[in-house]
Parts: sequence; structure tokens; C-alpha cells
Amino acid sequence: MHDKTLSELASALDAGEFSSRELAETLLTRIDRFDGNLNSFISVTPDQALAAADRADAARARGEAGPLTGMPLAIKDLFCTEGVKTSAGSRMLDNFISPYDATVVEKLKAAGTVSLGKTNMDEFAMGSSNENSFYGPVKNPWDTEAVPGGSSGGSAAAVAAGLVPAAMGTDTGGSIRQPAAFCGITGLKPTYGRVSRYGMIAFASSLDQAGPMARTAEDCALLLGAIAGHDLRDSTSVARGVPDYIEELAAPLNGLKIGLPREYFGDGMDPEVEAAVREAVKVYESLGATVREVSLPHTHYAIPAYYVIAPAEASSNLSRFDGVRFGHRCDNPEDLIDLYKRSRAEGFGEEVKRRILIGTHTLSEGFFDAYYKKAQQVRRLIRQDFLDAFEEVDVLMSPASPTPAFDLGARKDPVSMYLQDIYTIAVNLAGIPGISVPAGFSGGRPMGGRPIGLQILGTHFAEARLLNVAHQFQQATDWHRRRPAIAEETL
Amino acid sequence: MEWETVIGLEVHVQLATRSKIFSGASTAFGAAPNSQACAVDLGLPGVLPVLNEAAVAMAVQFGLAIHAEIPEISVFDRKNYFYPDLPKGYQTSQMHHPIVGAGEVEIGLDDGSTKRIRVHHAHLEEDAGKSLHEDFHGMTGVDLNRAGTPLLEIVSEPDMRSAKEAAAYLKAIHSIVTYLGISDGNMAEGSMRCDVNVSMRPIGQAEFGTRAEIKNVNSFRFVERAIAFEMERQVELLEDGGTVVQETRLFDPDRDETRSMRTKEQANDYRYFPCPDLLPVVLDQAYVDHLRAALPELPADKRARFQGELGLSAYDAGVLSASREMAEYFEAVKEVCGDAKQAANWVQGELSGALNRKGLAIVDSPVSARQLGELIQRVMDETISGKAAKEVFQALWNGQGESADAIIEAKGLKQVTDSGAIEAMIDQVISDSPAQVAQYRDAEPDKRGKMIGYFVGQVMKASRGTANPQQVNQLLKEKLDALC
Amino acid sequence: MALEHTDVLRAAHLARLGLNDDEARHYLEDLGRILSMVDDLQALDTRGVAPLAHPLDATQRLRADEVTETDRREQFQRCAPAVENGLYLVPRVVE
Repeated sequence: MHDKTLSELASALDAGEFSSRELAETLLTRIDRFDGNLNSFISVTPDQALAAADRADAARARGEAGPLTGMPLAIKDLFCTEGVKTSAGSRMLDNFISPYDATVVEKLKAAGTVSLGKTNMDEFAMGSSNENSFYGPVKNPWDTEAVPGGSSGGSAAAVAAGLVPAAMGTDTGGSIRQPAAFCGITGLKPTYGRVSRYGMIAFASSLDQAGPMARTAEDCALLLGAIAGHDLRDSTSVARGVPDYIEELAAPLNGLKIGLPREYFGDGMDPEVEAAVREAVKVYESLGATVREVSLPHTHYAIPAYYVIAPAEASSNLSRFDGVRFGHRCDNPEDLIDLYKRSRAEGFGEEVKRRILIGTHTLSEGFFDAYYKKAQQVRRLIRQDFLDAFEEVDVLMSPASPTPAFDLGARKDPVSMYLQDIYTIAVNLAGIPGISVPAGFSGGRPMGGRPIGLQILGTHFAEARLLNVAHQFQQATDWHRRRPAIAEETL
Repeated sequence: MEWETVIGLEVHVQLATRSKIFSGASTAFGAAPNSQACAVDLGLPGVLPVLNEAAVAMAVQFGLAIHAEIPEISVFDRKNYFYPDLPKGYQTSQMHHPIVGAGEVEIGLDDGSTKRIRVHHAHLEEDAGKSLHEDFHGMTGVDLNRAGTPLLEIVSEPDMRSAKEAAAYLKAIHSIVTYLGISDGNMAEGSMRCDVNVSMRPIGQAEFGTRAEIKNVNSFRFVERAIAFEMERQVELLEDGGTVVQETRLFDPDRDETRSMRTKEQANDYRYFPCPDLLPVVLDQAYVDHLRAALPELPADKRARFQGELGLSAYDAGVLSASREMAEYFEAVKEVCGDAKQAANWVQGELSGALNRKGLAIVDSPVSARQLGELIQRVMDETISGKAAKEVFQALWNGQGESADAIIEAKGLKQVTDSGAIEAMIDQVISDSPAQVAQYRDAEPDKRGKMIGYFVGQVMKASRGTANPQQVNQLLKEKLDALC
Repeated sequence: MALEHTDVLRAAHLARLGLNDDEARHYLEDLGRILSMVDDLQALDTRGVAPLAHPLDATQRLRADEVTETDRREQFQRCAPAVENGLYLVPRVVE
């Protein structure tokens, strides 16, 4: 039961092999049994889950089941969920029971899904290893010495470990694609504006985007269809029709033009990672695609530009956590300034403080033009690089990360941690969509190593094409069917 | 040394939208604390702003009213600072690309002349909540109902040279926004608030002196008093060889003085940057033209028309166009009675006097414009005398009748113009006053004119004021002269 | 652009983050390295390039002026650290 994809679960539920309630109960038991060590959940919500499962079963009995009715999911703890703790992985919000639902949560509820709980994450989505959580690090189900990636590490680990068939993540600089790659699952970051950000606790507003994480591109297509669309409550969400992502999965890849960014293949890329990606490209060639090298000349400037823009926006977005209306408040504040300073010092972790300080500094008087304005100019050049490349090719391919998952505690220096997001960060600056699909393993041992992810990028609103390209790869390969040992264990 | 005062004003006008600038919460005044602060206003984690169309339309209408340039694109920025009444830790405002560009406002001066005050720009922003300092066990209470109410901040150039000009400018802004109906202009409830920048310079010097900013001066009177105090303070400082410090000061109306707000945060760094949750606002020409077409006649135009077309004095035109309600009332009276000057005299005289005595606004007048207009008609067609008219007005004011005609009828105030009836009364008076008649007869002919007053008075008294005074005069003169 | 100890303290004060001297020293080192990475941007000639604030060239949509929210003070204040009579309480603010 726990090993099925969403589309397989739908058939089984329709056929009456088991009920939504039985499915939810089984997965809740697995979470109870196996998540202690993985730590992929911050909150598990069995009562709400079973109530939702019962509603789903009733709907199915009435013949009103949709494709997602009764589907168990987990939701990154960055999405506000009414009546449930929504912590953003932070001590600051450890006591915050959200009084409202994020639009994504509302849409998933309306589609009949069953949320089992809220997943662990880097605090306020700031991190690439899930080591920055107030609730402790998440472990990689393939190798508990390894990080699961971040910031949506809990969602990725929970899916990989067979605790849920799919989960919601968010991606500001790679936070869906990199943990999907590290955990051997499929993760899609949609175009900026495709999915509403309302109720998703903001890290960097002009970069944040929600997306699905699942075992297959097909499941991601199902979920994207449910969460995409215009939201009147989000000014940056786009009023544009949502295509039928499932229908387009089957399109053949004859004549698909693939570009490999010259600047991505070089120093710093792990040879095993490069080999896996080149092998994947060969698979595409066998499916009728052509490959050429393209250039993204401003690649080198993406991380510097990102580390101006994201912290600047974050420093302002996180000012609302002041100990006045919600969230952590220090004991016995002497005066107002003490209330602010101690509540925030106690509530935020080290990485969050680092970014608030950087963002505050770069926005301050005398620095704005040299940092923020400059970074926004560079941002335009980076977007133009992609738009130019998509004049020549349909999709770009690269690794999702230069290396497979690294060991817990291995990256102590923040800058070296930042630099490993080199292939994912520019995508958020440009606002284009990207998907990561399993494409091999390190260590030359198909079942013993750590997963490697292939990143596929498309132009704005090309999600249907990306899902199609990823799906066709998954028809020709079985990397996405590999499971870590923990997922093979029976109850 | 002779000093010149240089004044610039920043006027914050609360726009009269139903809902807030970025949320669907009500802007109604006086609700229970925090009952009108929704998730967006509270800055709950994850919430996002969506801009209110009416706030945009109102800002543009103001811009058009002051003949300002309306840029095609405007952008919202975040002004970052911490304060308990500022829920998100930043105020969404417009720093670099405001919705209204440069324009100008005409003010009327006491000598009847006008002066143009340039407006640098006007921008949209969200209001903050309120901190209540009364005792909560030594704590401050925060009410966020006002947070997110749309404000239009109107920033003038330093074009004013006296406290009177500053007050006249503030009144002009008040009258524009109330004419447009984009604000209730209620200064007591904080719908209009004002920061005043004051500096002094020796007459003839081109450069400005160092200015002080006086925060939150919230009445026309206080603006004048705060500036007067500040002028004196700065001149004293400068003449003693001191310098004015650039600082923020607070006006204390109880002590009639301004004092420095010695906060530790003198050098605040607001770290303005474009708000990433909002997109650039683009106003196309058709939208602006549509708003332009719907603009009402504005105070300056009305004043000019009252003077030019209706022939009112500059003073009358100014007073009657000062507020939209006053102008509307006056024009309605004029419409009914058909005479602008009569209408002006009555509205400014009898009516304004009565309103002032009761402290009522024109909209609360117990006498409607129609009632007053009809009353004036009856004076003009000589149905009643001026004296009787005052009595009718008083009766209308007291609600003693539905219309002037009804009261005239009920009180029998109609003028007697039947010469037979008047002659009979005159004959009676003459026969009752032999001594006065004898005096009249004996007087020099050029003195008789004065003496006739006694007889007129007696006849009017006998008619209880209803006899037409001209007729009485005419007939008396004929009859008395016949006796000589 | 070299970062100094006072810059860190100033940013911490603006951001209302309580930092002791040791922590400030620690962050000074990190921030220095991050800024020196960021300083690579200065090498790029961006004259004439318009800043890009949002990845899509979209414009602001306007909301109709309607009251859509009801009083939810009860729920909203359940997660508040200190309230009385419907007001959020903070240490006394001196004007």
C-alpha cells in the first residue's frame, strides 16, 4: 500500500482493494514506526487525517471521487494550516496554531486529499541540508549519515521512505529540486506566479514558489493540476488557464531540443553526477531528442545576486515576528526594545539571523545601489540568458546539485553551503520552472549509494512540457522505482 | 534682521474607501479594538496584500484636481521600522514612483488675491494602528483597526511664507478632498493629519535655512499656532547667534509650544526597497480620462464662477465655495429663488448666524435650501416685508411650518398692498395725531421728510407690519402735503 | 566593501536582533565572507540595465472596494502572547 504512486492508489481505491481510512491508518502507523529516526515530520495529525479519510470514503461511495480523493499527503510546515501548528521549522513559531489555511492547503482539502501532517524543514526555508531546523535535522532515508537536502528535506525524506506517496514543498533557490535529487524522488518547482503564495510563510517573496514532490512526474502532474491557478489573494499569482498536465504526459519526444549549459559542466561537478546526467541525456537521444551545448553567460553571478535579493526580502519579511501578535515572546521584557531584541534573538536560529543581518546591511543607507539595485540588474541579465537559451532549445538539462547528498555536519561554512545551489538558484531569479527526476546513484552501486537527480528546465509556464519530458524518461528508466531499505520494511 | 518664514506641509488624508488599502477589512471608525483587523492587517505569517481599486481612483482624482501629472507607472515600497502599531515591521508606501506627480493648489489670501502652492507629489500608503497609553498595568495597548486604512500623503513644496498661508493651504486641501468626496476631512477623528516643516532665512537670501519638522498638527488653528511658536523660537535662536537643529518636534496645544522629540532613533534608516508582494501599478490613459470626466466642479473653479458669472464679491465667492456642502446649499437656494445675490446674503447672513449660534454644520440646517429659497422669493415678489421675512425664517428654523407660504398664511404676514386699506389706516393715524400734524404743517418743507417717519411707524404698527412700507410712505406724503 | 564590527551591531539594532559581542564577532566573520562573494557583482557592467523586481513582467491587479472580512479577533488573539480587552499588550511605549 505504502509503495504505490498516487495514480496506482486511485485505481486501488476505486477497485475497493482498501479504503482511504485503511490507507491513512497504515501510513500513520508507518510514520509512528519509522519516522523516529528520520525526523521528517514536525507534526502528525491523525485526528484530522482520519476525519478527512472518512469524508473521502463517503464521497467515493457517493460516486463523487476525483483523482485526488482520499490521497494521503504531507505538507511542508511552511504552509499555514488552520487549527494545526505551523512552525516554519522555527522556535519563533513553535506555539503558532494557524487561524487560517494557505490557498494551497485549501485547494488540496477541496480536492479531497488527506493530510497526515506537517513536514520538517530548514528554518523559514533557509538552508540546503535541513540541518537548520529547530526540530533537529532530518536524515536521508537512503543513508542516515547523509542529509536529505533542504529546505524541503522533511517532505523529500517522507516520500522517499514510503511514509507518504507525495508531499508539498517550496522552492526559493532549489528547496524542492535539491532535496528531491538527494532523496531519489521527483520534485517540481513551477513558474513564479503559477501557484498561489498566500498562506505560505514568506522567505523571499519574489523567488518563493510552492510545488509538488512525489515518486513520479505523473503524480507531480496530478498535484500541480490541483494547486495551480490564479488566486485573488496573491497579487503575484498569474491569471492564466491551467492546462491538463496529465493529458500532455504522453506526447512523444521526437525532435525535442535539449540544451546543456556549458557553464554548468565543469569545475565542482562530481564525476559520478556528471556521468549520470550524460547517461540520462543519452536516454533522451534514444527517444528522439537532439542535444546541443548552450551558454548561460551570467551563471557565475547568480549566487551573489541571490544572496543580496533573498536576504534583503527576508530581512523585511521576517520583521513581523516581533513577539507582539503571535509567536515567541521573551520572558519579562524590560521595555519595548528588550522585548523585540530578546524575542527575536531567542526565536530565530543562527542561519536566519545571518540572513537577516546580511539583508539589513545591504538595504541600509549608502549600500542600496551597490547591492540591491545591482543585484536586480544582474537578475535581469540572468533571466535574459535563459530566455535566449530557450530561443534555441526546448529544455535545459543539468544536475540538480553538483554532488550527491553530503554527510550530516559536513558543510560548516555557510558560503560553501550556498555555493552548492549553483544549478538551482538562477532558476528562481529567472522565475522559470524546473523539475528534478531520479537519474542514478553514486558509488557505482545502484542500491547502495546516494541518489542523483537530473534537473530539467523550461521557459515560463512550460510545466506541461517539463512533466512530459520527465514522464517519458520515467517510462524508459526505473531509477524512480528504486526504494531505500526503510521503505521496503513491512509493518 | 528681517526674517522670512519658509513652510512646507505634508498632509496625510485618510481616503474614504469602504475597505482597507490592501485587505477586505472595514475602515469604519469607532469599532471595538482589533475587531476590524483581519489576517492581512495583523501581518499574520503568510498573508499577502492586494491593492484596493477605490484607493487608486481616489488618489488619481486628487491628482487631476490639482492639475498634477499622473505617471503611467507607480510602485509600492516598504519602509522598514519596528513599532508596536506597525504590524509587519514595515509600512507599505511609495518612495520613488508615487501615484501622483507634481501639481499645484490655489489658495485665497485675506486681501482677496490668490497664490499658487506647488505640490511636489502625492503618494499612497497604509495607515498604522493606534497605541493606547492609559494604564494596562504599566503596559501599552495596541489597537490595529486603523492599520491598513488608505492614506494619501500630499507633500507640498516649501512655498508658503506665513502661518496664514499654511492654514489657507490646509483649508484648500481640505476643501478639494471633501469636494471630491475622497475623504470626510474630519480632523478630530484623524482623517486629516499634518506635518509642518518650518525654517527661517534672512529676507533676500536664496538658500533655505535649516528646518524643523513639527509632527501631527491636527487642526487648522494648531497649524497657525505651531508655526507662530516655531517662527519665534527659531528667530530667537538665530538672533542669539545659535543654529536651528534639523529635528522632529511635537506641538503641544495645551502649552502652545513645540518641543523636540528626543528619541534615540533620530537617525533612522528605513531601508526602502520595492515591495516584492505588489506589482507595478499601471494606469492606462482611458482609465485616467474616465476619472477626469467624472470630476465634480472644484472649489477654485466654483469660486471663479461665483464671482464672474453670478457677480458675487470675492469674499462671498470664497466663503460660499469653501466647502462642497456650503456651495451645494447656496446653489440650491439660488436655483429656487432665482437671485444669486439675495441667496448669498441670506445664506451668509441669517442662516450662517443661526447655524453658528447652535454650532451646527450646513448639512444639519433645520431650514432646507428649498424652504429658504421660497422665503426669499416671497420677499422679492413683495408678498412679505423684510422684517416679516425674519419672522418667517425663525418659524421655519423652529419647525413651525412646512413652508414659507404656510407660515405667512398662518401668521397673516402677507403685505397689504391694497391702497384703499392703507389709506383708511393713514386717515385714522392722521386724525389720531393732531399735534404731530400741526408740527408737520408748521415745519419748513425740507424738514418735513424727517418728520414723516413718525407717521410711517404708526401706520406700520397699526398694520402689524403687513402694510407695504413704500406705499405707506408715498400715500402719507400725498395726504400730509394736501393738509398744508 | 569591508565590513566592520560596528556595521554588524548597527544591522542587528536595525533588525532588532539581540547580539552579544561574541556573537557579533562570529557573524562579522561569516558576513564578511558572504559579502566578499557578493562583491563579485561589482565586476559586471550593468549600465543601462533596468533592475528586475519580479521575474514576470506583470502589473498589479486591483481589488474591488468591498468589505469581505468579518470580526475574527477571538481566533486571531488565541495565538497572541498578551492581550487585554481586545488590545495587544506591549511594554509601555513612551512618546
